[in-house]
Amino acid sequence: MTELPDLLAYVILLPLATAMMLLVIEGGARSIGGSLPSQVWRGLGLGASLATCVLTSMLWIGYDPTRIEMQFVAHVAWIPSLGINWYVGLDGISLLLMGLTAFLMPVVLVASWSEIQHSLRGYVFFMLFLETGMLGTFASLNLLQFYVFWELMLVPMVFLIGVWGGPRRIYAAVKFFLFTMVGSLLMLVALVAIAWLHAEQFGVWNFDLMTPPGSQVPALLDTFVPVADAPWWQTQSWLFAAFALAFAIKVPLVPLHTWLPDAHTEAPTAGSVLLAGVLLKMGGYGFLRFALPLFPSAAVEFVPLFFGLALVGILYGSLVAMVQTDVKRLVAYSSVAHLGFVTLGMFTLNVEGLEGSVLQMVNHGITTGALFLLIGMLYERRHTREISEFGGIAKPMPVFAAIFGVVVMASIGLPLLNGFVGEFLILLGTFRANAWVGTIATLGVVLAAVYMLWMYRRIVFGPVENPENRGLIDLGGREKAVLVALLIPIFWIGIHPETFLKRLHPSVRETLRVMEVRTELTAPPVPEPPRERERR
Amino acid sequence: MSVGGEYDLLRWIPALPLAAAVIHGLCLGLLRQPLPRISTIALSCGATGLSFVLSFFALLALTRLPAENRVLQDGLFTWIGAGPFSAEAAFLLDPLSAVMILIVSGVGFLIHVYSIGYMDADTREDRGFQRFFAYLNLFTFSMLVLVLADNLLLMFLGWEGVGLCSYLLIGFWYGDEWNAYCGSKAFIVNRIGDFGFLVGMFLLFWALQDAGHGAIAFLEIKAAFPAIADQTVQLPTWLGGGEWMLATLIGLCFFLGAAGKSAQLPLYVWLPDAMAGPTPVSALIHAATMVTAGVYLVCRLSFLYSVALGASAIIAWVGALTALFAAIIAMAQTDIKKVLAYSTMSQLGYMFLAAGCGAYGAAVWHLTTHAWFKALLFLAAGSVILAVHHEQDMDKMGGLQRFLVWTRLTFLAGVLAIVGAPYLSGFFSKDEILLSVHLAGHVPGHTALYWIALITAGLTAFYMFRMYFRIFFGECRLPREQQGSVQESPRTITIPLVVLAILAVAGGVVIGPSDAFIPVIEDANSFANFVAPVLPAAGHDVEHGLVWKLAGLTTLVAFLGAVMAYWLYVVRPDHPEKIRRLLGGVFRMVEGRFWIDELYDYILVRPLVWISDRILYRWLDSRLLDGIVIDGTARGIRALAADMFKYSQSGLVQGYLFLMLVGALAIIGYLAT
Repeated sequence: MTELPDLLAYVILLPLATAMMLLVIEGGARSIGGSLPSQVWRGLGLGASLATCVLTSMLWIGYDPTRIEMQFVAHVAWIPSLGINWYVGLDGISLLLMGLTAFLMPVVLVASWSEIQHSLRGYVFFMLFLETGMLGTFASLNLLQFYVFWELMLVPMVFLIGVWGGPRRIYAAVKFFLFTMVGSLLMLVALVAIAWLHAEQFGVWNFDLMTPPGSQVPALLDTFVPVADAPWWQTQSWLFAAFALAFAIKVPLVPLHTWLPDAHTEAPTAGSVLLAGVLLKMGGYGFLRFALPLFPSAAVEFVPLFFGLALVGILYGSLVAMVQTDVKRLVAYSSVAHLGFVTLGMFTLNVEGLEGSVLQMVNHGITTGALFLLIGMLYERRHTREISEFGGIAKPMPVFAAIFGVVVMASIGLPLLNGFVGEFLILLGTFRANAWVGTIATLGVVLAAVYMLWMYRRIVFGPVENPENRGLIDLGGREKAVLVALLIPIFWIGIHPETFLKRLHPSVRETLRVMEVRTELTAPPVPEPPRERERR
Repeated sequence: MSVGGEYDLLRWIPALPLAAAVIHGLCLGLLRQPLPRISTIALSCGATGLSFVLSFFALLALTRLPAENRVLQDGLFTWIGAGPFSAEAAFLLDPLSAVMILIVSGVGFLIHVYSIGYMDADTREDRGFQRFFAYLNLFTFSMLVLVLADNLLLMFLGWEGVGLCSYLLIGFWYGDEWNAYCGSKAFIVNRIGDFGFLVGMFLLFWALQDAGHGAIAFLEIKAAFPAIADQTVQLPTWLGGGEWMLATLIGLCFFLGAAGKSAQLPLYVWLPDAMAGPTPVSALIHAATMVTAGVYLVCRLSFLYSVALGASAIIAWVGALTALFAAIIAMAQTDIKKVLAYSTMSQLGYMFLAAGCGAYGAAVWHLTTHAWFKALLFLAAGSVILAVHHEQDMDKMGGLQRFLVWTRLTFLAGVLAIVGAPYLSGFFSKDEILLSVHLAGHVPGHTALYWIALITAGLTAFYMFRMYFRIFFGECRLPREQQGSVQESPRTITIPLVVLAILAVAGGVVIGPSDAFIPVIEDANSFANFVAPVLPAAGHDVEHGLVWKLAGLTTLVAFLGAVMAYWLYVVRPDHPEKIRRLLGGVFRMVEGRFWIDELYDYILVRPLVWISDRILYRWLDSRLLDGIVIDGTARGIRALAADMFKYSQSGLVQGYLFLMLVGALAIIGYLAT
């Protein structure tokens, strides 16, 4: 396959291409003394993200949920001597997360229609840039390509926080940048190390995660990574740890979470939504796609640690969320708790837990995204996020209160709404792995109700005491449309999760199977004559 | 698995109220276009009424099947499935759920009708007439799903759904901070129970899976359960260690859930506060239906509890102690809704006592009669409250019998039913419970349990008659200017009262007396016979003589309680004050409900908030992690780098590349702006 097969590449590159095109036209217009109207930027930006969303839904429709292997695969040599390729493909896990990304993007662009006034062109540019970064990360099957997208995504996010953020935006942006950089540097080192191992065992450099269909070249998943009896930097434990650190910062796991509340709080609404909705999922996705399958023995070894960190995340995040006075910080800490569930599910290493974990990533993206949008709408009206400034909002803003209520309940994990399905499957899997861990994690279900209802009550119920809240205007048509768009998947996943789960079943089983196969590897595989190699 | 057969009508029983709720929700929540009053009424009452009719048809279809094979099923689709786990959206009708759906839709319908009158009388600015009915419909849907669910997970859906509606309806008048607080409290305390429910469900599923057949549907669990019935688990030493029966452990987990929902010790604290909601809500949710869900759960899992004798004994004891504890508190309350709330708790305690003693049929029978007479009492109390302009303190009432003829008569019927006046509904069900406790030799301390139950019967009679006399007898203590305006409630209120009063009075004789009492009727014991295929019978052969003896004793005790109330509150109304002064601190403790709320607040809530705020957030998160570790490292590196860059420019290539990229983008971004 030397041609760029179309759809997936279009999906990934369309936003960036649009951004570049706009930039060129803008440059041209500037050179003759004119300028492209910012409304054109905005319109085309939204158009591109909508087109991406439509194309992604075509991927969704074209995806065959009964097949195990990667679909829409494209493999194009990039730097062949180093084994760096443009290699993309989708399984159910990527599909769900790409779907989430492509769906959230137009939603936040519409939502930030009136919020972003200054430097609109740059804003649109960075948003589109970010979208390509996110989509590419979820589709990359070449480790170095993954790394490039991973880093690409960081840049626009830093600018989104640093330019369009709140009062402490610079501090938050730098903090976010440094945290992520530390992790990704280590990941880069580990990534080179495993490619080096591969080169030593097979004689060629290759960063492909798995062998593309139609080829017989061994890939990283065929590489034997020793558990012991090797220099420390070649062992599974150290390589896993390096990857895990990068991913754990992104997730984030306690105690690496302190960038999150600042970044969330300072980012503009759209930034918070994408940060919570998509960027945090990179960590979980990285574990599932790379860290677990590549280093299964180390992963098993690290399970107790990650169970511990996940439990701490759930309880600690909930308790700290409970005492926040700023709504956005509260939601940020609730993310720590929710992502604790995601991590927990991932490290159960069983079907229920993994499926719950992936689904919960999507759920958290939608629900927390909706929460940030709601808070943003409130902020646009009152220019404060202090919970104590509100109270009795249900009276002037009944529609807001109703939608907010549904989203809060989704976040608490009420059955028939999305959060329940993910949480339930995660807990189910956790009980299989370890009943005590499961029992403690279930306490998180109680605590979620405590902090969420406390917040909801303080904002929405009670008498309208603050005179500034009296004349608040209820949601307008655009705001309602944005929120309804998010309510649809909230109910859909809650009522009929099979639509999503059936796309996960084969992929999750395959991930576990690969882990099992690789655990049994005890020596570098002897290269077989190419013709007899079985295609996976 | 299907033994009885498919019955497609089942899905419509919960679907109709759901449809009504969705229509209401769209009109109100999204479009902001309230329906006209009459459409609201037609939609809500119509949906629930139709549900009742369908429930009745379903009952008929069920009774046409042979008695030992009475199961109807209706499957829709797989709700959640992963690995070996699969939970269907499917409904199951057997005699137990048939009884429940008739109560839920029947009593529910009456309360819908009652609510028309009640909510009309509400004159607040935002009276939310339609919002109220939307919540009621949503509740009816959830409750019907809870009792019709064919598996534990779907039951949990209903379980959480009724919790949500309870939350919304307790805080219905959200403009008042207190109501909203009570709603949240109910939800959170229930969540503690849900924790038990979930843990029980997980343990049960995986135990069954390990034994060969992981199941979540009730019929399958029941079939597969014997495989794990004798399993034991070793508890860690910090939990006391020792071998525990797995069934007992699972049973206790589910009972935690039941105790939360049904307001048993120690999770009862939300129920008295739940009285902040409108009175029809208290009648429907916090008396007749939702709070009995815990009893239903225990009965639904009776195959488990009849093996898990340890768990059953704990249930019996918790039930008995709750019954007594709540009855004692009820004696000293003056808010009429609070009295009824504690009375509900107490009666639920009776039901758990029966279930714990293995008399599941008696528990469900008392659940049924209780639904009639307690709904009646609440609705009648609501009628009183309306008449006296939302006053709930019985110290400020009195002498209302002149004004509220229908309300008083129906209230009296309810009081007589609950105290167990011979041949009224409560008489049969309560005596059956006392009888089964008396005979439950396998439960540790069953004699003590019997005496507790008996004393509680006396106390019940006392506080119920006390309330009755304080409201309707003596001189009117209302402010003079209000006395003239007290009048009987409208028909939409009195008609449901009369219907429920008829049920409370005659329902027992008609559908379920023990054959000891009415030897002439062929098919006596019909209720017990009907539910017997689902609920293992206690299995004693009882002499009629013993039944009569025990019934006589209970009636005598109740009579004494009533006479005491009459003497204290009608004959010598000056005495209560004296007794109160005589008891001093003891009385204040009872009046203050043993200060349990305050205790929880000081030993649980406050420390938790303090630790979270001061230690976790301010100290650990902000100061240590963020301040010292992160910012400190950053400062350290900056200081170090300032030195280093003097001598060396060689950083990491990767870093340089990255900085270049950032720089380039910064320029592009600047240009683009």
